Amino acid sequence: MIEAIRFILPELFIILFTLSFLMIAVFSNGKALIEYSNNISSLSLIVAALILIYGQATTTEPVMGGYYSSNDFTSFFKGLILILSALILHLSDDYLKKNNLQVFEFPILINFSIVGMMITISANDLLSLYIGIEMQALSLYILASFSRDNAKSTEAGLKYFILGSLSSGLLLYGISLVYGTTGSTQFDLIYETIMYTDTLLGLQVGMVFIISSIAFKFSAFPFHMWTPDVYEGAPTPVTAFMAIVPKLAIGAMFAKVLFDVFGGVAHNWQLILVFLSGGSMIIGAFGAIAQTNIKRMLAFSSIGHVGFALMGLAAVSPEGLSGFIIYLFLYSIMMVGIFAFIINMEKDGVLVTDIYLLAQYSEKRSGVSFALALILFSLAGIPPLAGFICKLYVFMAIINSGMIYLAVVGAIASVVGAFYYLRVVYIIYFMDREAKLDGRMPFTHLCILFVASVAIVIGTYNLLGVEPLTRAAAQSLIY
Amino acid sequence: MVALENYLVVSAILLVIGVFGIFLNRKNVIIVLMSLELILAAVNINFVAFSVFLGDLVGQVFTMFILTVAAAEASIGLAILVCFYRLRSSIFVDEANTMKG
Repeated sequence: MIEAIRFILPELFIILFTLSFLMIAVFSNGKALIEYSNNISSLSLIVAALILIYGQATTTEPVMGGYYSSNDFTSFFKGLILILSALILHLSDDYLKKNNLQVFEFPILINFSIVGMMITISANDLLSLYIGIEMQALSLYILASFSRDNAKSTEAGLKYFILGSLSSGLLLYGISLVYGTTGSTQFDLIYETIMYTDTLLGLQVGMVFIISSIAFKFSAFPFHMWTPDVYEGAPTPVTAFMAIVPKLAIGAMFAKVLFDVFGGVAHNWQLILVFLSGGSMIIGAFGAIAQTNIKRMLAFSSIGHVGFALMGLAAVSPEGLSGFIIYLFLYSIMMVGIFAFIINMEKDGVLVTDIYLLAQYSEKRSGVSFALALILFSLAGIPPLAGFICKLYVFMAIINSGMIYLAVVGAIASVVGAFYYLRVVYIIYFMDREAKLDGRMPFTHLCILFVASVAIVIGTYNLLGVEPLTRAAAQSLIY
Repeated sequence: MVALENYLVVSAILLVIGVFGIFLNRKNVIIVLMSLELILAAVNINFVAFSVFLGDLVGQVFTMFILTVAAAEASIGLAILVCFYRLRSSIFVDEANTMKG
């Protein structure tokens, strides 16, 4: 049993840190602790990432009595999640201070949701999967309504809570049907049962329930309606967190469920995935055109990107899976860069999110504008940047799987989507308006923005060296 | 002994009532919370019935976990609802519409 602890070291560390931090913060009543709480938790996440890299054992077999797994795939996503959340915690510090939201509960809730996501990624049993999903979702409901004196924020939290709980209920119903027809909740046992029996009706219905509720959490097309409202209403740091980190975790879990549980009946879910992917790309492209709030625009943009990423899963091939992982990776880097900027959008001391207030921003801050424009070009998928390379990967995969029609839909959505990214670039550089943003970005935020924009340029040539990692990750999922 | 199908039919009916309760109800958020509990009850019936008929305990363990999580979920939902009520002085579903587009 003690041996098994080697597989859950980072999770254990974060849980112990967070609980002791909570106790210290509650009983010490110190102002200094609250002031540095974000950065302290951010450091703890970095330590957890180091533990993950140097201390965690990996194996291809399920561990902890079959409830858990720890392999290249889970390590890759966990490391990414830990590092990105550490960055976001650091970014959110200034915003929280300016909005009188700085309380020690914020990093604690973030940490709990990160533990939930790590459990979700590593789950090897529908029970641990459900516990992980609920753990991250419950923390996110509270975080979405974190600014509780703000009508929009509480409304966002309420909407997110109702629809999120509904999707959890549907997930559970699907799990119960799968359990009833296969007699097990463990991924590999279900996989074997499916392989050696004829197709079961209960199993198919359960599979559709499970896939649709995961698609809901991933904000894919028919279940995307909560995304714009929640992204707009939630405080900006929470939006940044929700747009980046849960996307990675749910994406990893989606791939794991599809390939590890229902891998034997891929022909049954392939069309569902094609539908989710095509719909998300179209909604993401057309929905964003009319938006003037940058958070709302990025919500639609994230729906569109989810569609492109799902294209990799719809290909049902190792190539597509590694394309999916690369897509999520590069998407999260671009989003961190752009949110480092949005968190600091400020006019006359008030934090704003209207894109027209960016008019002629380039005259004052040419460096920031250039970095921002690079990231926007990359999100649009303009050729020499990383956003184009990751699109290329999923397009290649889907064409090699013989579904050219989905690639055509993707190409059209990509062209339409380029419009609203380029509109922001147009506003920054050429629009003739008086409304000018003021306020300065703190040095570390500038660093994150510039590193992200340099990373997407370098990423064009070597994908930041993650390609072998994603191949190993994809290999450990398809065996 | 009651056949498995009967349990499944009851749970399916509960699920449908719960889902419709969420989407057709245009009045009160509390009713939405009640509908969510109905969905979870449907799932629990399913799990226990399958567990008994399969002769496997995992289903009942799962039910225990669902009960615990449902309690946490309901408390968080009510907490958010209290914040919402404090700002709007109402808990009508139709009034949750400051964001559109």
